[in-house]
Amino acid sequence: MRQIAIYGKGGIGKSTTTQNTVAALADAGHHAMIVGCDPKADSTRLILNQKAQTTVMDMAREAGSVEDLELEDVLLTGFKDIKCAESGGPEPGVGCAGRGVITAINFLEEEGAYTSDLDFVFYDVLGDVVCGGFAMPIREGKAQEIYIVTSGEMMAMYAANNIARGILKYAHSGGVRLGGLICNSRKTDREYDLISALADKLGTQMIHFVPRDNEVQRAELRRQTVLQYNPEHNQAAEYRELARKIAENTNLVIPTPITTDELEELLMEFGIMEAEPADEAVA
Amino acid sequence: MTTPSAKINQTTKAIDEILEVYPEKARKDRAKHIAANDPSGTCSGCAVKSNVKSRPGLMTVRGCAYAGSKGVVWGPIKDMIHISHGPVGCGAYSNWSRRNYYNGTTGVDAFGTLHVTSDFQERDIVYGGDKKLATIVDELDSLFPLARGISVQSECPVGLIGDDIESVTKAKTADIGKPVVPVRCEGFRGVSQSLGHHIANDAIRDHVFDKADTDIETTPYDVTIIGDYNIGGDAWASRRILEEMGLRVIAQWTGDATLAEIANAPKAKLNLIHCYRSMNYICRHMEETYGVPWVEYNFFGPTKIYASIREIASHFDETIQANAEALIERMKPEMDAIIEEYKPRLEGKTVMLYVGGLRPRHVIGAYEDLGMQIIAAGYEFGHKDEYQRTYPLMPEGSIVVDDATPYELEEIAKRLKPDLVGSGVKEKYAYHKMGVPFRQMHSWDYSGPYHGFDGFKVFARDMDMTVNSPTWSLVRKPGETATATDAPVLKAG
Repeated sequence: MRQIAIYGKGGIGKSTTTQNTVAALADAGHHAMIVGCDPKADSTRLILNQKAQTTVMDMAREAGSVEDLELEDVLLTGFKDIKCAESGGPEPGVGCAGRGVITAINFLEEEGAYTSDLDFVFYDVLGDVVCGGFAMPIREGKAQEIYIVTSGEMMAMYAANNIARGILKYAHSGGVRLGGLICNSRKTDREYDLISALADKLGTQMIHFVPRDNEVQRAELRRQTVLQYNPEHNQAAEYRELARKIAENTNLVIPTPITTDELEELLMEFGIMEAEPADEAVA
Repeated sequence: MTTPSAKINQTTKAIDEILEVYPEKARKDRAKHIAANDPSGTCSGCAVKSNVKSRPGLMTVRGCAYAGSKGVVWGPIKDMIHISHGPVGCGAYSNWSRRNYYNGTTGVDAFGTLHVTSDFQERDIVYGGDKKLATIVDELDSLFPLARGISVQSECPVGLIGDDIESVTKAKTADIGKPVVPVRCEGFRGVSQSLGHHIANDAIRDHVFDKADTDIETTPYDVTIIGDYNIGGDAWASRRILEEMGLRVIAQWTGDATLAEIANAPKAKLNLIHCYRSMNYICRHMEETYGVPWVEYNFFGPTKIYASIREIASHFDETIQANAEALIERMKPEMDAIIEEYKPRLEGKTVMLYVGGLRPRHVIGAYEDLGMQIIAAGYEFGHKDEYQRTYPLMPEGSIVVDDATPYELEEIAKRLKPDLVGSGVKEKYAYHKMGVPFRQMHSWDYSGPYHGFDGFKVFARDMDMTVNSPTWSLVRKPGETATATDAPVLKAG
């Protein structure tokens, strides 16, 4: 069983990419499970074709405690037998969502959700590793591989570099490795080259460049992945390609995060950011 | 700076030997917290460092901020209900652990026997405990409608998850028409229970003062007792003295206290503070805001009691001063009789003390009245103020220690061979096993009061029966057989 965590800046398309990729893996015959680690609980809706899954923490809240739950209450099966669970958690600004992730994953482990027939477990984790709870999926004995979803936008790259820093910490204590950057294209200038260069700096690879296509949105409106909605579409082929690359990936590294200065130099090199003297000239 | 005396040098050498077993970093650190006493204050190396983080691994006996607020300051306010807000352990293990006596009928005008906790579960951590807190306040209000208020004593998780207990308590104060006081005394705050006292004082300042109707009749003789938690009835013995002086005690903080008394305190003419460490904050606030002066006093042992009575009386008119002298004159024969009875049995006995933030210095006079000498004293959570007030009271070359470790205390006891050790329940049994007479000086060992004239009688009796108990000669090392009843007392070492 390979356990894989997907991180990336908020809104970059982690959940969409994860679900489409897992759908492609399942389509290719793999057994897979998705564990959503975000209080928003939108990591499994395209697989289950429903609005939002009942979460572990929401069920526990109603029942009294997680000990009162049964696995089948919170572990549902969707498209191509993909198993789905959502940790859930509080609305923004209340309580401790990180603790919710820890509690939910512990529950799934204790109740035997991690069956031996699973080839892949994917953790779809909230945008930033804000506290220990959101690092739970990459602690020892959990995900050994991480993929960072990014785009050619500056803030997405900043976030990717920050996540690489977090991985570096856990790489030494728990053995987690970076498997690559997934570029979810925003059609920014020289995006392919820029993310390839960033991957190079981080000591990893751009495992796949997912082009932008509105078919993804059309499928999402119907609560489906492209694989289910329009399996013949070119975008479905892109996700199959990403899935194949991940399944075959052996390039797992301890990342080499760069400084903010280095990151800005990279952006200047690709003409995304203008050098400071030029700013002065404008002023 | 003068050259340290031979006595000081000798003690310093002993301290160095005690610290020798520590790794270098720990030794250097702890060396700043133990010193040979120099009553003159001229020895530069003799001041101890205090109120800093305990060194991990050295097994401090300090408590936490929650202990300082719930256990010490708020807990004794008897007509309120105190919620231990968080997981069940903090509330359960602090329940009934202090002997703060009070009068009243449980469920009517006293709630000290109740143990209320929000008993946090996983879901309360994840979703926050604010709604649960609101429910608890509503339930308490309907179950115990006569309670005059509720305090919310925060345990660690409440602070960690960022619950907004202030907004809950504000809304609930309006809902139930009684003060619901948020106290942010999460245990991880500060280096000891001392910060908990401060936070608790601040909560009274912010949520009790100027909130309730305090339109009470006042007299020129209104005083308060601040920093007396009525352990074994201490505050009652102190109140008796003040009343016999002709003063009117309008509030006791917080032993046997009501919420109304707490709110009335700023109406006093003079605040009298016994435990300086835990309540100096509120005295300073009342002085600055309401212009109420405050004076420290000491009601342990006749010498200090007489001096304190005169000091307090000096702040009032001739009537009070005459009452004070008459009281001293009346009580002196009784006190002399106690000294006459016990001093011959205790004269020359030595004492090592390790208590909280007041008693190591405040009880010195009472021991001296009985002819006993303090040879080592330490505070769990004293600040610089305490130590500066302590040095002049201790003999030259005695040991002063801050945030002591069990090892250090045991080593000091082995070297100085005190005839009596006074400390807490965590220390008690180690010294019993060493065959060293021991008194609990936090709880008075199920006895008390020790304050005031009433208290000295009990204090003298307790010290005598402990030091001169025949029990100690029966303590033997494991494997040793008891043959003769006159076996020598096993001195440690």
